[in-house]
Amino acid sequence: MSIENIRNFSIIAHIDHGKSTLADRLLEYTGALSDREKQDQFLDKMDLERERGITIKAQTVRLNYTANNGTTYILNLIDTPGHVDFTYEVSRSLAACEGGLLVVDASQGVEAQTLANVYLALDNNLEVFPVLNKIDLPAAEPERVIQEIEDIIGIDAHGAVLASAKEGIGTHEILEEIVSKIPAPKGDPAAPLKALLFDSWYDQYQGVIILVRIFDGILTKGDRIQLMATNSSYEALKVGVFSPVMTEVKSLSAGEVGFVIAGIKDVADAKVGDTVTHVPIQGKKPCAAAFPGFKEVKPMVFSGLYPIDTSQYEQLRDALAKLKLNDSSFSYEPETSIALGFGFRCGFLGLLHMEIIQERLEREFNLDLITTAPTVVYRIHRTDGAMTQIESAARMPEPQFIDYIEEPFILAHIHVPNDYIGTVLALCEEKRGVQREIKFLTQTRVMIIYELPLNEIVLDFYDRLKSISKGYASLDYEHLDFRKSELIRMNILINNETVDALSLIIHRDKAYYRGRDLVKKMKELIPRQMFEVAIQAAIGNKVIARESVKALRKDVLAKCYGGDISRKRKLLEKQKEGKKRMKNVGNVELPQEAFLAILKIED
Amino acid sequence: MKSSLYIHTPFCVRKCSYCDFNSSEDPGISLDEYVLLLINELSSEAGRFKVESAPTLYFGGGTPSLLSARQVAAVVQVVREQYGLEKDAEVTLEVNPGTVTPELLEGYLAGGINRLSIGIQSFQDDKLRSLGRIHTSEEAKDAVRMARKAGFRSIGIDLINSLSGQTLQEWATELQEAIALQPDHISAYGLTVEEGTPFGAMAERGELDLPDEETSAAMFELTSSFLRSSGYEQYEISNFALPGCRSRHNQGYWRRGNYLGFGAGAHSFSREQGFGARWENPQQMSDYAETVRRCRPPVAATLLRREAMEEFFFLGLRLLDGVDLDAFKIEFGTHAEEEFPGVIERMTASGLLVRDGGQLWMSAHGLILANRVLCEFL
Repeated sequence: MSIENIRNFSIIAHIDHGKSTLADRLLEYTGALSDREKQDQFLDKMDLERERGITIKAQTVRLNYTANNGTTYILNLIDTPGHVDFTYEVSRSLAACEGGLLVVDASQGVEAQTLANVYLALDNNLEVFPVLNKIDLPAAEPERVIQEIEDIIGIDAHGAVLASAKEGIGTHEILEEIVSKIPAPKGDPAAPLKALLFDSWYDQYQGVIILVRIFDGILTKGDRIQLMATNSSYEALKVGVFSPVMTEVKSLSAGEVGFVIAGIKDVADAKVGDTVTHVPIQGKKPCAAAFPGFKEVKPMVFSGLYPIDTSQYEQLRDALAKLKLNDSSFSYEPETSIALGFGFRCGFLGLLHMEIIQERLEREFNLDLITTAPTVVYRIHRTDGAMTQIESAARMPEPQFIDYIEEPFILAHIHVPNDYIGTVLALCEEKRGVQREIKFLTQTRVMIIYELPLNEIVLDFYDRLKSISKGYASLDYEHLDFRKSELIRMNILINNETVDALSLIIHRDKAYYRGRDLVKKMKELIPRQMFEVAIQAAIGNKVIARESVKALRKDVLAKCYGGDISRKRKLLEKQKEGKKRMKNVGNVELPQEAFLAILKIED
Repeated sequence: MKSSLYIHTPFCVRKCSYCDFNSSEDPGISLDEYVLLLINELSSEAGRFKVESAPTLYFGGGTPSLLSARQVAAVVQVVREQYGLEKDAEVTLEVNPGTVTPELLEGYLAGGINRLSIGIQSFQDDKLRSLGRIHTSEEAKDAVRMARKAGFRSIGIDLINSLSGQTLQEWATELQEAIALQPDHISAYGLTVEEGTPFGAMAERGELDLPDEETSAAMFELTSSFLRSSGYEQYEISNFALPGCRSRHNQGYWRRGNYLGFGAGAHSFSREQGFGARWENPQQMSDYAETVRRCRPPVAATLLRREAMEEFFFLGLRLLDGVDLDAFKIEFGTHAEEEFPGVIERMTASGLLVRDGGQLWMSAHGLILANRVLCEFL
């Protein structure tokens, strides 16, 4: 097929604005998904994704569409992950496209996260056209939202397609817009091969599968290819497209999108953003330069994962290895805690990424885990001039060896209705933020831009932001730099024993009230035991806060007669199950929540 | 076989706010029809069970005191004829004070009932109202006096503590009122708020002002110390009796004796085969009637050896006499210490269980934390 008849596009949308449902309608309409195969939200494969309504791994699909003008087009829908933690992946997916559908909920309007992705799309010179979704809902206000899109994003929204993906309204119009508005890809099939790797994952049977967009040249099955960033070469064993099932083709030519299976063993060797070209043999020429913008993705948020039952350590290790196969942005290394025993310190792109991994471990691998409070990477500059990076409070050296400490800062874009400016600013200030800018986007919405320490973000910033704005604020952030900061280690003692897994690094000015709130919260979270449990927060040898959980006084079922026996027994079995989910630290039983108490402090 | 017998009467004038038993204000048939079903069930099952001797018979509910003296007498007669009711059998009937007259009680005695269990619950009228009881405190006291006058020599009463708004002082007064009536037996229960009851719904809405754990514990301890000092023996977590007046029927449950239940929703347990089996009649009246008409007894769930061992402790330790580890060895052919490694040592070391030779029982501290101890054996 001629390059003229190809359209490569993404759908840009906020969580819940209906991206996946719209993708399903497009698949159905073009016959890529027959009714029998129809399964809601085809593109979101994992259960977790479906439950949370977000896309974790991007999926991509080729559609054949015969337009009103009689021409048949190949439409490549390039799905993008939909969360702040995956901004880089999104940018690479967008770089593979010429256009984007901006899907906006017709009642909720533009959200900060959508905005971030729209800007990414515009930065990549994509042709973006708006689609108002959920137009069938009574709360839909298309006029207001169209105005908002024009005001905030600055693109012409008056021709926006009015759609309801759920009801199948507007699907045909959207397809016509894709054909007419999005430019055909440019590229020279005769030039040396230059393809962008925009997604990769591990398949149990086929090894690593990479998704590529060919910009120049032709990639044929059997070609020797090389990945420029990792400087490794492979044979293209299989080349094909998803339509939506995997279908092999002989070759992929400039402008096309498809998969390559090349015997890559490790997903870490198929880095998103890498450039694929030919190995200079058999008369093939490599391209002159790689794509700009390649970045190594590094974990930013860390937490300890420990099996509650120590005998599950091996299982946990195997499970982490399996997850890692598919997710090179996630890291883990063995860690030992005096309190929790053997476990792993794991690194994630962000909090959502962390939650997803934890949930998958518990759900798919049936593990009962203790997760320690998330932390970030700190740079410790020692008095001897050496610099070490630590991602766990337990590894912080004694104060006399520390010259100074640096912590990571992020640039946060907070999008919020006017009414909440005051409370959001107060929150940012409380979280040690530095104000950059406040943009009045429309008469009712503002964008607040702050530099904030990541360590505050990973604690409770997002939840607090949501709660003070009644859910209306949205947050998007990017990493800035490391800054010198007055940080100290706070220890938590349970019955006079320091529990290393509960130690945290916090700002000196906040230590006192954080400590006080934390032990108070822990008092609520630790159930009564057979004896009194003392909880203390300490800095060095100085105790700054103390609470105690009184000893259990009464725990008895009053009645157990002939008709009660089976039921009462089940009741006690349930109680026993609950105990099993707690971690014995010394002789105190601590529930998982106690380790995350720092996240649950309400002000 | 030898077995205790239980007869369920799922009828109530009004369902109490805390009750999650199988009972209803309108089960859909008349009492007469129900008694007929009971008699049919007893008769048709007699051949299957072949009970040679029944040491106890218990009419529970619901409100069995809604049955007339003639209806009760008819059932007792069938049991006597077909289930070998022992001569000195304990025959108990649960009484709601709001349903009795002197004539009725005399009639029960004449019909073969020799023990009454009177559901008083509280001596405070406002508490009785909030519990949804149909009687006043005075009517409850009258019921006890009436029972004595009618000639009952074994009378038990039920009380509930840890009620919404109740103070320790109020509970102390309840206990004093209770012993003033000189009952032979007292069951004192801490309120359990059950899901699906009006109390359950109120608790969820935050409308119950339940005493805190400390107060509730103090009530439990006061019950033990006060009733013991008044001459009652505590023989189970919630049960107290004058010497010789313990409920033989209920002790059977905790000692894992056989019991056969008749009537809608009645439970049974038999150790005739393997490690025992439990079953339950259908709760719905129409389903129950159907099984009786078609002589289709419910399917029994047999216990595994391990489950039986667990029940040995789970039930037996509720009794203050506790369990006999030698009896465990004889029944299961293995030592309890091997089956529950470390548990007995740990529990005795922490003072929750006491051991003397083969006998193992709960300490006072163990009783109030019984769930923690019993969990260890599951």
